[in-house]
Amino acid sequence: MKLTIKSLPIFALMAVMFSGCNNSKSPNGNRGALASTAAEKVYVPPGEHDEFYAFFSGGYSGNLTVYGLPSGRMFKEIPVFSQFPTNGYGYSEETKPMLNTSHGFIPWDDLHHPDISQTDGKLDGRWIFVNGNNTPRIARIDLKTFETDEIIEVPNSAGNHSSSFVTENTEYVVAGTRFSVPVPQKDISIKEYRGNFKGALSFIEVAPETGRMNLKFQIMMPGFDYDLSHPGRGKSHGWFFFTTYNTEEANTLLEVNASQNDKDFIAAVNWKKIEEYINNGGGTKMPAEYAHNVYDHSTHSAKSTIKKEVLMVDPTKVPGAVFLLPTPKSPHGCDVDPTGKYIIGNGKLSADLTIHSFGKMIAAIEAEKFDGDAYGIPILKFEDVLAGQVKSGGLGPLHTEFDGKGNAYTTFFISSELVKWNVETREVIDRQPNYYSVGHVMIPGGNSAAPFGKYAVAMNKITKDRYLPTGPELEHSAQLFDISGEKMELLLDFPTHGEPHYAAGIPAEILAPESQKIYRLEDNKHEFAALGGDETRVERHGNEVHVYMSMIRSHFTPDNIEGIRVGDKVYFHITNHEQDFDVPHGFAMIGANNAELLIMPGQTRTLVWEPGQVGVWPFYCTDFCSALHQEMQGYVRVSPANSDIKLSWSLGE
Amino acid sequence: MILGSLLLLGLFEFPLWNIMLGAPQYPEPLGMNIYINGIKGVSEFDIQNIDGLNHYIGMQTIPKPREMWEFRVFPLVIGTMAALGVVIGLLGFFGKVNHWWFLGWFGLMAVLGILGMYDFNLWLNDYGTNLDPNAIMKMTRPNGRPMTYKPPLFGHQKMLNFDVDSWPHTGGYLMFAGMTLTLVAFFIGKKSKNIAS
Repeated sequence: MKLTIKSLPIFALMAVMFSGCNNSKSPNGNRGALASTAAEKVYVPPGEHDEFYAFFSGGYSGNLTVYGLPSGRMFKEIPVFSQFPTNGYGYSEETKPMLNTSHGFIPWDDLHHPDISQTDGKLDGRWIFVNGNNTPRIARIDLKTFETDEIIEVPNSAGNHSSSFVTENTEYVVAGTRFSVPVPQKDISIKEYRGNFKGALSFIEVAPETGRMNLKFQIMMPGFDYDLSHPGRGKSHGWFFFTTYNTEEANTLLEVNASQNDKDFIAAVNWKKIEEYINNGGGTKMPAEYAHNVYDHSTHSAKSTIKKEVLMVDPTKVPGAVFLLPTPKSPHGCDVDPTGKYIIGNGKLSADLTIHSFGKMIAAIEAEKFDGDAYGIPILKFEDVLAGQVKSGGLGPLHTEFDGKGNAYTTFFISSELVKWNVETREVIDRQPNYYSVGHVMIPGGNSAAPFGKYAVAMNKITKDRYLPTGPELEHSAQLFDISGEKMELLLDFPTHGEPHYAAGIPAEILAPESQKIYRLEDNKHEFAALGGDETRVERHGNEVHVYMSMIRSHFTPDNIEGIRVGDKVYFHITNHEQDFDVPHGFAMIGANNAELLIMPGQTRTLVWEPGQVGVWPFYCTDFCSALHQEMQGYVRVSPANSDIKLSWSLGE
Repeated sequence: MILGSLLLLGLFEFPLWNIMLGAPQYPEPLGMNIYINGIKGVSEFDIQNIDGLNHYIGMQTIPKPREMWEFRVFPLVIGTMAALGVVIGLLGFFGKVNHWWFLGWFGLMAVLGILGMYDFNLWLNDYGTNLDPNAIMKMTRPNGRPMTYKPPLFGHQKMLNFDVDSWPHTGGYLMFAGMTLTLVAFFIGKKSKNIAS
């Protein structure tokens, strides 16, 4: 063999390349595509931002928490259905109306399922809807301010669980009834449940520009338990699917009595057909009573209105509107794949998943292949609508999300695992254990037409030993998986607040640029705002005293008030004059039997104080606002009820 | 020459100068743009927020247009100089005046510019040193003398927790470019004169 001088450097170069390859490979062994460590994948360096926002329901906290993914860092708790002393939500005069219902002021609820508004089946990031399960309500949270803008009560319902999912263009946000009730409510024996109790499905239209909600119609369904729901999309747009259990219509010991039927139903509702029916004058107006609470960002105040009527639709009067799809074993989650072709019933008492085909369902309906009816609603044949089953090998499937690449991810509560399977072939691809007993799983956009299939978060119901012990009561635990590869990789455990049932994720680049920094003072239309220093004053009307106060670094105007008497009802109307990002001021009054106020720049908030004791009582700023925060304080002199000390107020005198 | 003097009109649209204040608490710095007819915040509420911070150390508030005669006179001066430049340029083009007029305009503009800078510096000086005796924070230098807060006329300076940067802005650069063009016009005029003779 003849080596020319010329070819030598080439060999030398190749040698370097090969040795280079070996060097880079050696520290990671043979882990191939998984060469990077989990720590690197979730590490967001100080000052840098997460790739996704994730909104976790707080369950029995009644509120919504905001996290970043992949770091698992919590950014905010948004008060929705629960009073929140942290910022005075539900305590301030402006926000108390948000928690009004037909049952009066309800300071708490059980928040279950967040869903982000959509346009063309894709997340548009304008609003997030959440449901209150206990005193049935739907709330809309604005994703510019991250504040609750609107809450509507759902009448004729109880246990508003199968919500709050939105249709493809946010035409509707939908609510259902988990606990069927007499409609209208009446005093009858609980034993008369069967046939007398009803389950209303509620379609709340959403105004395209403002997001304003309006209960357009309710469908009076048989007295089953409507558990979860999802909209059709693509071809199945115009339909909505609800899982049911307790088709036995048991009224006691449901754990046994509602588990007897081999199959319950998925109710398929053609809402477009019902919309057409009511637009042509169909439906019956029925007396009802429900609260509609709207927050206005220009007045910085909420108003509650009690509505008196609802349009009720009898599904048996609208041919082709509602069908029942037999689905095994008390199905829980009701999930529709991104193409809208498949409806997945997660039969929580079985090992298998039932996949219904939308196309087969339509064919069966057109061929009128019915297998009887339930209270006049046609039942389709299981075999006629079934696309197939996933023989998962797991136990207790609850919920399914999608990655947009043809795969589905189903949680199994009993066998405590996340299972990845192919939607078309229904073959299991991978399974990973969850610690412990997973409920929902969330992939950003994973219940929309366009998922962002990079991460999946499993929300576990049982925490046990995952963190340092904190006594008998523990926070729940979430687990983050990288789902970008063939196999799922567990990256991170992080605790979550309350009991997250479901969550919704969205790329940060959609929301972050829109996030509001301040409220403009010049747009403040609050009735009691003191916008200029000369508007600050104190007024007495009988035993009501209104303090028009302003705050700016680092003083209140006025900060000395005299002439208040025991028995007065003092309204502190306080306007934050800052117009700088992240400069809120707080207000706390000694002996106030409510909470503090945390007032954002440009905002006005009102706290009521009813002084019961003579003396000189201080108030102060609770948010460390500047180097002179500790000086941000004032005094109120409280005199006996019969005192004739004149009302006076001052600053710097 | 005409183009050069017309570039002065850019000062009616763009700021002459810019001062930015960044600090650990202000990752997005506060800033003010100085126009010939007033001072505006770079972001909507920057002026209010700068005033809010400055009240701790007893600085005066940033002047409104009606509070300084400069903001009335500067637009007149700039407008007049631009018009004068155009007239000289036209006369030069038709051969009525020679290139020395170009240099004369440049010289006058330079003198006015220097006077403007001098005046600006006087204001900065007053703004930074004429402090409220009842200021919340009275800082002293290591030598025991009271600290002053005059922003730099040109360049960067560290002031307490703030990094202050003061540089010309678009309008200023257009003015410099315009003045350079008139100087170029002078040399072109001189050269063509030489060739002609």
